[in-house]
Amino acid sequence: MSRVASRKDRVPRGSVKGPGMMLSKGLKRKREEEEEEGKEALAVDTWWLDPGHPAVAQAPPAVASSSLFDLSVLKLHHSLRQSEPDLRHLVLVVNTLRRIQASMAPTAALPPVPSPPTAPGIADNLLASSDAALSASMASLLEDLSHIEGLSQAPQPLVDEGPPGRPTGGAPPSLGALDLLGPATGCLLDDGLEGLFEDIDTSMYDSELWAPASEGHKSSPEDGPGKEEAPELDEAELDYLMDVLVGTQALERPSGPGR
Amino acid sequence: MAGAGGGGCPAGGNDLQWCFSQVKGAVDEDVAEADVISTVEFSHSGDLLATGDKGGRVVIFQREQENKSRPHSRGEYNVYSTFQSHEPEFDYLKSLEIEEKINKIRWLPQQGAARFLLSTNDKTIKLWKISERDKRAEGYNLKDEDGRLRDPLRITALRVPILKPMDLMVEASPRRVFANAHTYHINSISVNSDHETYLSADDLRINLWHLEITDRSFNIVDIKPANMEELTEVITAAEFHPHQCNVLVYSSSKGTIRLCDMRSSALCDRHSKFFEEPEDPSSRSFFSEIISSVSDVKFSHSGRYMMTRDYLSVKVWDLNMESRPVETHQVHEYLRSKLCSLYENDCIFDKFECCWNGSDRMVERVQYFKL
Repeated sequence: MSRVASRKDRVPRGSVKGPGMMLSKGLKRKREEEEEEGKEALAVDTWWLDPGHPAVAQAPPAVASSSLFDLSVLKLHHSLRQSEPDLRHLVLVVNTLRRIQASMAPTAALPPVPSPPTAPGIADNLLASSDAALSASMASLLEDLSHIEGLSQAPQPLVDEGPPGRPTGGAPPSLGALDLLGPATGCLLDDGLEGLFEDIDTSMYDSELWAPASEGHKSSPEDGPGKEEAPELDEAELDYLMDVLVGTQALERPSGPGR
Repeated sequence: MAGAGGGGCPAGGNDLQWCFSQVKGAVDEDVAEADVISTVEFSHSGDLLATGDKGGRVVIFQREQENKSRPHSRGEYNVYSTFQSHEPEFDYLKSLEIEEKINKIRWLPQQGAARFLLSTNDKTIKLWKISERDKRAEGYNLKDEDGRLRDPLRITALRVPILKPMDLMVEASPRRVFANAHTYHINSISVNSDHETYLSADDLRINLWHLEITDRSFNIVDIKPANMEELTEVITAAEFHPHQCNVLVYSSSKGTIRLCDMRSSALCDRHSKFFEEPEDPSSRSFFSEIISSVSDVKFSHSGRYMMTRDYLSVKVWDLNMESRPVETHQVHEYLRSKLCSLYENDCIFDKFECCWNGSDRMVERVQYFKL
């Protein structure tokens, strides 16, 4: 079999560069240099790298530095901005952020030594918005992927997604962007979507086309996850998208020696 | 192709010496992204080594027969076969590109002359057949040596084609494509001891396949919460038991390992055993969870133990004891004081693999891919 020519270099991740340089960015930075750097400066407090203790401080630190919090928020937003977030990275960052926030919140009442520059209320808002962004992103992922699940998964109970038409009262405002438009049912997307697909023939490997009745319901997931708001789709666009999808199905159907 | 390195950590004794036997590929900084190795796997007998890279290619190395005149030299590995396993795909529904990077390769137990392996990227698993051809037939009746068809009316006598030796040719052909069963990124595949089924695991689900059937898979583990806002844990690795075809384990990002028995129910959401070591309060930090995340889990050949790899250590567990591991080996304890920096540059999220050697003495494989 012939080799494929190497592809054009993509932008490498992070700061890992050459042999043995995996710690270059962190290790080589001196403390006096940190203050000169801008937003990326990590003000590593003394109790983090106490040279007397090879392990981290004996007692768990009471308060995290604000820069650690900021760094975590940055990582969270960076992760959410990916077209397809790495779920493991995302949950680890979120859990770490929650730990940091939990340690920062109680110190509002104590003498600020050291006190985070942002008040705990703001930290709460930041995390809430992170949560909202996370939930929005998660809901967006869920929305897009549940559509695929309905097509390809083995018999999967749909009831775990919750009943359709759940009232929107408890949802954060940012989920408004995901509201189902078009032939609106008025329900929020993530839980309502599963119920809408129950009548669709989900067998990918039959040659039947999708039931026409389902066309109207497909407007939101077919918009593509990258858009923050789902524009209204008219009939012509829906038909076009259907053709593309059906055409894709035909192309992807396995054939040849694999069968 | 970028080289990968190895390290060693023998269990119970320091009588093993480790060194690089061979380095394959470019040992400089100028390595194309597509050539970076993303996974390696020995065949069961060790005579073949398969590597997968970010460009979707699989390169198989074969160990040369040991030279009788140099009995003490280890067999060298040379390229045996190269093929393009996965191509980048475009998911039209999500407007996303699916990477061709090979995440895992697993060999099937050898049953004939041909060798089979499973290779997977984020979404699709493929079964490849690797076969040798060292003979070709000559003396066909209906076509001449150039391959041109002969006029049947001109054939006056029949002959039997004879097999003649030729230069060894290794062919790789895709036999099965298992697609469209994973919404999240596949991180593990594991062939069952029944040699008929295998599992594939992504961040939230584990599916069971039959090697002959590509249009259907069964979901056996599902940890996706009803509300994604409640997601706090993902699956990081999964493996079948080497002898009991109904038993599998899967590890999580919180450092726990769950053992499941498929006989208990169709959906193994309830584990049979739960392995977790209590956190040491003296070393607790904000990064405790990240470094406890298990990146690999492997059963011993005996099936009595399993080995897990987290960021700083390798642990050996007795399947009969869930409360704590029987052995813990610190791999790079010196990094513990630098966790903050490693968090900053994302190195703390790197994943390592581990494996047992043939006699179940432990071997640890460090896989930083850009050496």
